[in-house]
Amino acid sequence: MNIKNYSIAFNTIVIKEVTRFMRIWVQTLLPPAISMTLYFIIFGNLIGARIGKMNDFNYMEFIAPGIVMMAIINNSYGNVVSSFFGAKYQRHIEEMLVAPIPNYIILAGYITGGVTRGLAVGVIVTVIALFFTELHVYNYLIVFTVVLLTAILFSLGGLVNAIFAKKFDDIAIVPTFVLTPLIYLGGVFYSIDMLPAFWQTVSKLNPILYMVNAFRYGILGVSDIDITHAFGIILIFIAILFSYSLYLLNKGTGIKT
Amino acid sequence: MNALQITQLKKTYSNGHVALTGIDLHVVSGDFFALLGPNGAGKSTTIGIISSLVNKTAGEIKVFDYDLASQQYEAKSCLGIVPQEINFNLFETSLDVVLNQAGYYGINRNLARQRAEKYLRQLDLWDRRNDITRNLSGGFKRRLMIARALVHEPRILILDEPTAGVDVELRRSMWDFLRQLNKDGTTIVLTTHYLEEAENLCKNIAIIDNGEIIEHSSMKDLLGKINVETFILELDEKLNHLPENDEFSLRLIDSMCIEVELEKGKNINSLFEFLSRKNIPVRSMRGKSNRLEELFIRLLKNKEKALIS
Repeated sequence: MNIKNYSIAFNTIVIKEVTRFMRIWVQTLLPPAISMTLYFIIFGNLIGARIGKMNDFNYMEFIAPGIVMMAIINNSYGNVVSSFFGAKYQRHIEEMLVAPIPNYIILAGYITGGVTRGLAVGVIVTVIALFFTELHVYNYLIVFTVVLLTAILFSLGGLVNAIFAKKFDDIAIVPTFVLTPLIYLGGVFYSIDMLPAFWQTVSKLNPILYMVNAFRYGILGVSDIDITHAFGIILIFIAILFSYSLYLLNKGTGIKT
Repeated sequence: MNALQITQLKKTYSNGHVALTGIDLHVVSGDFFALLGPNGAGKSTTIGIISSLVNKTAGEIKVFDYDLASQQYEAKSCLGIVPQEINFNLFETSLDVVLNQAGYYGINRNLARQRAEKYLRQLDLWDRRNDITRNLSGGFKRRLMIARALVHEPRILILDEPTAGVDVELRRSMWDFLRQLNKDGTTIVLTTHYLEEAENLCKNIAIIDNGEIIEHSSMKDLLGKINVETFILELDEKLNHLPENDEFSLRLIDSMCIEVELEKGKNINSLFEFLSRKNIPVRSMRGKSNRLEELFIRLLKNKEKALIS
């Protein structure tokens, strides 16, 4: 097979993935729109009005980038983990394994599917945010790059989870017990400057803090951490997870006997 | 040229179960080949390794001289696989299942649509192309797997029990389809539990048991090895004891039924003469099973005896 054949195979996987989440939009696109609207109403409007300013921005403006990023993280992860595990469970992953497609194309196809859903939900939540606050983008390049890299990173995370998952419970454990706490403690709703020094140091071990802050910097121009440091961390995690995912696919972990 | 060449293929599962002990097998181009064996003999493991769904422990597989390990893209392009169990997306339409498979093989959409129509029509699935696959009957699902496996027009098609659970009429129509496909040049490897199917369709055969090949020859040569045929005779009157004789191997199944083993070359008229002499009227006669089935059972029994001794 040549590059043209590979690009057809890649496009097939991407189209299949996008068609899948669009077909079940009530399960994939609508829930984040509703839950994020509730976040804006409860935390932004009702509670935020009493909190006052944070980093010189009103609370609604401060949390909006974090809420958008939370939706992107959850949905890029959720798309790949459920789709890849579903393909394993129904065994139609075998359609790809018998075909002459290199594993990096399969990986790229699923990641692109996850990124597409992450971006679609990101756009939906941003539009919702505009009903509650004004968002003046400080740096479009940073906004776009950090969104893209974060969606790639969590799509890769979803794939690793799906590779190891043996039952449906296994694809819910990581989002519930790992991802959600990391997101909530990743500076979505507060600035880590508010924390004691010890907890600030602990918070810096949380990779999501870097993504939320890099995105907030792109929107508001303020961040709790150094922006180059944030990009470095994201890229290192992507490199590790990409290599690990490819290694697992090549080895056939969870998909071959 | 060999369409498939398997050399010293071994598979030991992580729990220590040895599924293949080092099998050698070849299928010539254009052949219609049967791979038979009892449950758990190693057929599906062999097909799984050829399909890249099972990792081998050792050995080599070549598909039209392409090494499956080092030239996997060329080798895989020559292969079409119809697995034993349904493994397509149950939420997609029949047409999408076939089109997506074409895409995985790098076939552009226009050509994929032409091929999908061709094979869905040939397998009587065209009218069902927009049906969600989970709503298809078992027979249609089996046919869809064949259409999907053919969309990249493989040179060798491997079918793992393709007619399991389908009705007689559909089975016969699938036989006709496969015969025509073979006539048109596609090499076919078939595993089946219906030995009648293998006997009717295949030119060459291998029998696998306990992870090793115990027979590998042409169907004609194999069937030539049968020296005994078994018949069931339905009697007109009750019979309580079999008459004594040294000529025939008789067994009373019940008071109205006798099983007879007749050696090859022996005239069946002599049997009826003997029964007439003994005043045993016969109402009807039928073969106990098909020839290959008898041979298959004998080969497995011989293997078992050899293992015990």
